[in-house]
Amino acid sequence: MSEKLLTVNDLKVHFSVKKGLFSKTAGYVYAVDGVSLTLEKGETLGIVGESGCGKTTVGMAILHLLKPTSGSIMYQGKDVSRPSRLSPPEWRKLKKEIQIIFQDPYSSLNPRMTLHKIIRDPMKLHGMYKNRELDERVDYLIEKVGLSPEQGNRYPHEFSGGQRQRIGIARALSLNPKIIIADEPVSALDVSIQAQIINLMIDLQEEFELSFIFIAHDLAVVEHMCDRIAVMYLGKIVEQSTYTDLYHHPNHPYTRALLSAIPIPDPRAIRKRAILTGDVPSPRHPPSGCSFHPRCPDRFDGCDHCQPELRDMGGSHSVACHLYPENEKKRES
Amino acid sequence: MDDHENLLDVQGLKTYFYTFDGVARAVDNVSFDLNKGETLGIVGESGSGKSVTALSIMRLIPEPLGKIVHGRVLLNGKDLLKISMNDMRDIMGNRISMIFQEPMTSLNPLFAVGDQISEMYIRHMNLNKKESWNRSVEMLEKVQIPSPGKRAHDYPHQLSGGMRQRVMIAMALSCNPEILIADEPTTALDVTIQAQVIDLMMKLKDDFDASILMITHDLAVIAEIAQRVIVMYAGRIVEQGDVYTIFENPMHPYTRALLKSIPKLGNRSTSGREPLHVIKGIVPSLYHLPAGCSFYPRCPEAMDICRTGPIQMVALDPTHRVRCAHYATH
Repeated sequence: MSEKLLTVNDLKVHFSVKKGLFSKTAGYVYAVDGVSLTLEKGETLGIVGESGCGKTTVGMAILHLLKPTSGSIMYQGKDVSRPSRLSPPEWRKLKKEIQIIFQDPYSSLNPRMTLHKIIRDPMKLHGMYKNRELDERVDYLIEKVGLSPEQGNRYPHEFSGGQRQRIGIARALSLNPKIIIADEPVSALDVSIQAQIINLMIDLQEEFELSFIFIAHDLAVVEHMCDRIAVMYLGKIVEQSTYTDLYHHPNHPYTRALLSAIPIPDPRAIRKRAILTGDVPSPRHPPSGCSFHPRCPDRFDGCDHCQPELRDMGGSHSVACHLYPENEKKRES
Repeated sequence: MDDHENLLDVQGLKTYFYTFDGVARAVDNVSFDLNKGETLGIVGESGSGKSVTALSIMRLIPEPLGKIVHGRVLLNGKDLLKISMNDMRDIMGNRISMIFQEPMTSLNPLFAVGDQISEMYIRHMNLNKKESWNRSVEMLEKVQIPSPGKRAHDYPHQLSGGMRQRVMIAMALSCNPEILIADEPTTALDVTIQAQVIDLMMKLKDDFDASILMITHDLAVIAEIAQRVIVMYAGRIVEQGDVYTIFENPMHPYTRALLKSIPKLGNRSTSGREPLHVIKGIVPSLYHLPAGCSFYPRCPEAMDICRTGPIQMVALDPTHRVRCAHYATH
């Protein structure tokens, strides 16, 4: 039985929209609206979705970079959703053990710090190593991510995009984290560099026994990286399953449309497109009922007023869609 | 005019940028042609010179920083690099038009989109304001914007990313151009919107009988829409051929490695995963290009001759050409 490292329960993050002279709250942006997920040790959970679906916000809330409106975040069995209730050592441990890799390797590194200092400072702050040991550890990490320790006194602008992403990974690794949240770590990179970074992340995961939450919009990359995948649409998870199941048996109409919209790098491939009409609605005014119903090709009467719950379909596959009512599960099993 | 003649013929194009760091050979001796009704794809990573090629054809290279130092761009036999800027403006948007990656920065935020499309008709067709407005609304309808009469009054910020790109397409196609140059038109869009925009482009290409020069880094998009493909690396064409040849029988080590390095959806087996194929090293800086083949420092099959060069383009068959020393003796 694998151990549950992180459990997120009914997480909501709403941003208020202020208006007018007295900054009256005029409404809310429902960025994340009831997301539940779990992460086991050594596992990679992928979160996919289009821009504005709230996938980054989920990551930020888990990292405590954003305050959740409601819901709970359990880390190693302890509720950590309210930092004020944690003791300082607990808080430091939490901050140390959940790290992030950002999308843009250009803006996420301090341009005035050398490579050596970027990796050294977090460890120094947490008092992890002393003097010689500290420098050795820095060199070790630099080598681990495929750079050379001689480059240690260079500044970020002297590195290419792929190399900077390696620096970002080394920084995340420096504190011996248990969980790394990777927010679109390869989408700013060229194709030939993307493969290098993906392979590096997979190798490091085994070596350092990491758990990843891999946030991305590229389903092919997510399928390659992840053990389980959650598909988000307008602040909610609409489908969650293992990587093979999601690709071969997508259940939610949105997942199906998303999969069919992805171009295939084979000129002879037969394409059956389920083209979605219209745009993603604004998370400020989400549609009533199922938030996907205005674009859904399979919608029926109930979809516009009743919100579907995420239901277990068996085999760790769950779907939030009225097409699959509760009895479906019983019939299949 | 002869029907078999190439619509656009680019010969020996060299565009260099003169900066404080030295001379960047962004486009170095690029030659290709575009036939009538064809979709030609140019793929390459950032810095490969694919966008600069497009900008050179449109004569949009920012001078004096950049300069087209050599080459000819023949549109129906007429060299676009030799005509005056005034004559060029009659061609831009009229016979060759272009859409860009980021529609928000290429639309004017201060004018309603209907006005911006109308400008095309006023400039190129001498229509009056009312007529051109009506034609603009028609055009918006053709790019499948809902309630186009109302939307024409909208400003760019009121539209979503996908809608803005549709407006750009409407503007580009408004004067029935012979050639549409699309520079990463879907890169900034989400996949479901990307699928909509690509389908729309392909449909309109047939309706308007235009040729498309599609520039992208996304091999999958190229596989979907192009008939012929040009692969660029560090300012040079390394391989060109029809789309089936490039994807099924690539000859240049770079093309082969590039195709192997992208993860393919649905290919991962339940038992485990193979590590992705990796091209070692990084794309060379345009200021310090290696002598000889620019790919040799990363090439798994590099030989001594690759270091010194120059490497010539070799025609393997009438349509398939590759720039690699391995095929030079054949």
